[in-house]
Amino acid sequence: MHRSRFATFSIYALAALVVVVSVFPFVYAISTSFKSGSALFDPSLLPSSVSLKNYISLFTLAEQPFGRHILNSIMVSVLVVALSLLVGVSAAYALGRISFKGRGLLLTTVLAVSMFPQVAVLAGMFELIRALGIYNKALGLVLPYMIFTLPFTVWVLTTFMKQLPKELEEAAIMDGCGPFRIIKDVFMPLLWPALVSTGLLAFIAAWNEFLFALTFVLDNNERTVPVSISLISGASKYDIPWGNIMAASVLVTLPLVLLVLLFQKKIVSGLTAGAVKG
Amino acid sequence: MNQKTRTAWLYLSPMLLVLIVVALWPLGRTIWFSLTDANINDLDAAKFVGLENYFGEYGLFANPNYTDGFWESDWGISIINTLKFSVVSVTIETLLGLGVALLLNQEFKGRAWVRAAVLVPWAIPTIVSAKMWGWMLHDQFGVINQWLYDLGLVAQKVAWTADPDFALWTVVAVDVWKTTPFMALLILAALQVLPKDCYEAARVDGVHPLRLFWRVTLPLIKPALMVAVIFRLLDALRIFDLIYVLTSNSNSTISMSGFVRREMVDNGYMGYGSAASTALFLIIGLCTVAYIRIGRMKLGED
Repeated sequence: MHRSRFATFSIYALAALVVVVSVFPFVYAISTSFKSGSALFDPSLLPSSVSLKNYISLFTLAEQPFGRHILNSIMVSVLVVALSLLVGVSAAYALGRISFKGRGLLLTTVLAVSMFPQVAVLAGMFELIRALGIYNKALGLVLPYMIFTLPFTVWVLTTFMKQLPKELEEAAIMDGCGPFRIIKDVFMPLLWPALVSTGLLAFIAAWNEFLFALTFVLDNNERTVPVSISLISGASKYDIPWGNIMAASVLVTLPLVLLVLLFQKKIVSGLTAGAVKG
Repeated sequence: MNQKTRTAWLYLSPMLLVLIVVALWPLGRTIWFSLTDANINDLDAAKFVGLENYFGEYGLFANPNYTDGFWESDWGISIINTLKFSVVSVTIETLLGLGVALLLNQEFKGRAWVRAAVLVPWAIPTIVSAKMWGWMLHDQFGVINQWLYDLGLVAQKVAWTADPDFALWTVVAVDVWKTTPFMALLILAALQVLPKDCYEAARVDGVHPLRLFWRVTLPLIKPALMVAVIFRLLDALRIFDLIYVLTSNSNSTISMSGFVRREMVDNGYMGYGSAASTALFLIIGLCTVAYIRIGRMKLGED
């Protein structure tokens, strides 16, 4: 296609603008995280001298065990992903491969749950978590997190499951395989891309969750990363340690940004499978 | 029940069990709490009080103690804030998302890089983006105030996140920055499956690009656009974390979710807070039904 010179110029100018607006805040956060002392209050992008002080103090401050918080977040997110995928594949098999009465209604219900406002269950969940004895424990967050990861996982995996060719399954049934063998040996190898994309999305959602983590965990050792960052504070309101906050932000975001860039296509296909084909 | 159906329910049972435990049961208990005077410190002492939390003397609605009228009460303010935030941010995000999607649908060198860059804001945790922008918008040392000041656009540095005149719009701006990529990607996915031949024909006939967009592109991507908008709208209506962190949980920007949490957890009024959360649940439900009706679209297939 031929474009006028003006159109070409506009496209590149707009693309450059989009890139700068998208990336600048994170780059600026990285730059701030290397500034310390009075250099923090110099708004220039390039730090005059690079200091690792903010990063070091994150892990040495006793009142804010940041390393522990990172481990908590990793444990919670990994468990949430594993459980969601396990339960999700099983449900997606029933919803995607077997036709039975009430299937459409069930799918709609699952979608409705994923649109739940989290606060709508806050009081009941608080009571449940207390009753189960998992209040104030990082791992206890795995349970409430299922409310937003599971419906989404089921929905996307069902969409993928439906697209798999029928012949595969029929051949396996001919060979005398039961549903469990069919899922494990026939579908799982084909579902890998879908599992990776839904798993990543569930991981990101669990990693970023704030409301439940803020409400159900008060013990400072059991915090997850988002709450930890929101609570980093100084001696007074006017003494907020922005350097530390930016260092912590960079540490928890960099792996996510790398994951997202690495698995760009998978993530986009997971997101759009949930929405466009719905 | 035949063999097939039995297998289906067997494989569905783990999901059903989890959904009952994490969604249905807590939702039911929350609605029950909304009819009691429960306090967070002693849930067992809760007594049934009927609709007192909704319409009673200290209830959410029809409260005679709201001397300045309903819309001046904290609950009224939180409803207005939530609606203002949702409508304005989703509108801007849809328009900008459409723009970015149309741009990414063009062929140009380095397009893959631009698409990767667009994903960055989406990948950043909400709390982190709230802190990052909180720092950039800092009233004294923030880089944005510095730029505006240097360019002579403001005479005095502005407290973007604390000044009640700006705080909610600052939240909208940060949310737009963070979620436009989501919109753009969903719309881009719809654009990429459009039939190419139709555009070839239009080009040969010399149809004006704007007319082509209005008459062909827009109607074709409308279903995907509607779905993207409803996803975002439902997400926006339950906003909590961005406002809580960016504006330090101040009263002028409180959202409905923030109000619920404040009453329930900070003040301990479990019953009253549950009533507010049930109201929010109903409002979101109504919005969804209304939106689906208006758009006449079907969510589940079959």
